Amino acid sequence: MLANLFQRMRGLISGKRLVISIPMIWLFTLAAAPLLIALDFSFSQMDIASVASLTQWADNTLTIKLNLGNYLFLGDDPLYFKTYLSSLKFAGTTTLWCLVLGYPFAYFMARARAHLRPMLLMLVMLPFWTSFLLRIYAWKTLLISNGLVNNALMALGIIDAPLQMLNTPFSLTIGMVYAYLPFMILPLYANLVKMDTRLIEAAADLGASPWKTFWLITVPLSKRGIIAGSLLVFIPAVGEYVIPELLGGPETIMIGRVLWDEFFSNNDWPMASAVTIVMILLILVPMAIFNKYSDGGQEGEKT
Amino acid sequence: MAVTKDTPVREDLLRIEGLSKVFDESVRAVDDVSLRVAKGEIFALLGSSGCGKSTLLRMLAGFEAPTAGKIYLAGKDITNLPPYQRPINMMFQSYALFPHLNVWDNVAFGLRRDGMPKGDVAERVESMLKLVQLTKFAKRKPHQLSGGQQQRVALARSLAKRPQLLLLDEPLGALDKKLRESTQLELVNIIEEVGVTCVLVTHDQEEAMTMASRIAVMSEGSFKQVGSPSEIYETPNSRLVADFVGNVNIFDGQVVEDEADHVTVSCPECMHYVGHGITGTQGMAVGVALRPEKIQLLREQPQGPHNWCEGTIEDIAYFGAYTTYHLKLKTGMVLKVQQANLSRHNVQDPTWGDKVYAEWSADSMVVLTH
Repeated sequence: MLANLFQRMRGLISGKRLVISIPMIWLFTLAAAPLLIALDFSFSQMDIASVASLTQWADNTLTIKLNLGNYLFLGDDPLYFKTYLSSLKFAGTTTLWCLVLGYPFAYFMARARAHLRPMLLMLVMLPFWTSFLLRIYAWKTLLISNGLVNNALMALGIIDAPLQMLNTPFSLTIGMVYAYLPFMILPLYANLVKMDTRLIEAAADLGASPWKTFWLITVPLSKRGIIAGSLLVFIPAVGEYVIPELLGGPETIMIGRVLWDEFFSNNDWPMASAVTIVMILLILVPMAIFNKYSDGGQEGEKT
Repeated sequence: MAVTKDTPVREDLLRIEGLSKVFDESVRAVDDVSLRVAKGEIFALLGSSGCGKSTLLRMLAGFEAPTAGKIYLAGKDITNLPPYQRPINMMFQSYALFPHLNVWDNVAFGLRRDGMPKGDVAERVESMLKLVQLTKFAKRKPHQLSGGQQQRVALARSLAKRPQLLLLDEPLGALDKKLRESTQLELVNIIEEVGVTCVLVTHDQEEAMTMASRIAVMSEGSFKQVGSPSEIYETPNSRLVADFVGNVNIFDGQVVEDEADHVTVSCPECMHYVGHGITGTQGMAVGVALRPEKIQLLREQPQGPHNWCEGTIEDIAYFGAYTTYHLKLKTGMVLKVQQANLSRHNVQDPTWGDKVYAEWSADSMVVLTH
């Protein structure tokens, strides 16, 4: 009996559990807990200077007050809907451009001579060595009316008057694609570099031209890399605040900006929390559905 | 072993002339190789890893461009044709099946690239799957199949386009031994049924001998000997070939008598009386190759001055069907002797430390002049 109990105890604090517990604790305190607090706030309202508690204890009764007003207001005001939509649109455009630019990039890196690859990887990651803010700010000076790009175009005689590039959807997209491109390239590269080149040869052997081989073999087999890269770009892009703030304009309101305003201008934390929760749901729900239905397909790729 | 067929003169399907491949400006992977393969022939390139056989095969498929030389298929120069324009298909080592496509789509892949009408594709794929007995597995993905089944899918895929030439890269290398034996014959049967000309690459001499009608033994980028399996085995032309194909004992000696119908070779171990003439001279240093299964073990000392020696049993390896004895001779040379186990538990069988005599006949040896 006692030995049995002892064994159970040992099972509970095995090395495996200890190792797993570290990331679990990390995830709970830094991801799950803040999210739960935000969820709590979103059903609350502002008292004069603090967020009201959901539960109240008075006269021996526990009352839980769920204030749905924040969510209802989100539905009422078309501004929110439009902002969500434009956020998804910009994030989608960014993801698409990153994929279009990043795929060939990752492909040629993966096919480069083995001794060149570490250097190419370094080049992709090099921008991370300077401050993110600085790099985005640099685009401002490139794109302003008397900036480098306009001056160059005018000197070449392509345009007569400076183009309005800054604070437009164009400048925002450039900044976003620039900032998020490495997040697309790295997972794609990791996937493509592992690809069995004999499959490419087999396709050629069976009569597929290089172009056909690319679309019929390489792209389907890199599906996981494409999904991983797209998610890594799309998710943070939806909630991006800094880039729209610096490079965006009146036409490019994104949800990150609204969040900022709710938190710091209106000081309405419950409203801001509701905006956040809806944003997370907007990203999470389609992703979960997608994941569920693409599971079978991914199974087949194991070799 | 495949029986050497008395093949009538057939037209050459594949002709290789002076083919070379140099890597990194100095490594001669394939060195001035010329070859003719007749229509319907199964030809094996046999050699250890790094001998250039795979590079040669990849040049035939079009994955490597030759540094020099020409490849002709049915009289047409295909040296500079890209792989997807050659009427040649290859069965890859460990198969290279497309993991995201099911068995059906794998087999149909090549047909669809040719723009074959849908109905014809279906018909051809059906008949291919029937040929390799995989009709039931058409909807499976490759990873849901066993190694043997994957091998058959790979074969069906490479035969589906009815190529003029089929290339096999270590076709049975990924299978375990038991499965390999049954698959070898099955593979040959299917290839012969389809009637396709075949070049296969292998490092396994048994595989080459079972499947091929002719074998080229390759080493350091060139052919050392080309011939039927029995020619390669029974009359190797060099130490390298004798040593590579099967087990062999090689005695070093000197020619003491050189006649048209026989030679006598003197070795420290014994005198060899060899029943065939050689192109050589008296006094020349030669090797005498003797296969282990051509030696008899005796308890009594044999009569006569030639073709026997005395030794002690140093090692015994029992294989069931036969036993290999290692006989230590007085010169220190270890003679490998293979004896068929014709009866069970023979008390006469020699055991460790026994002093025995090894004897062989005049026509069981080959004199190797280089």
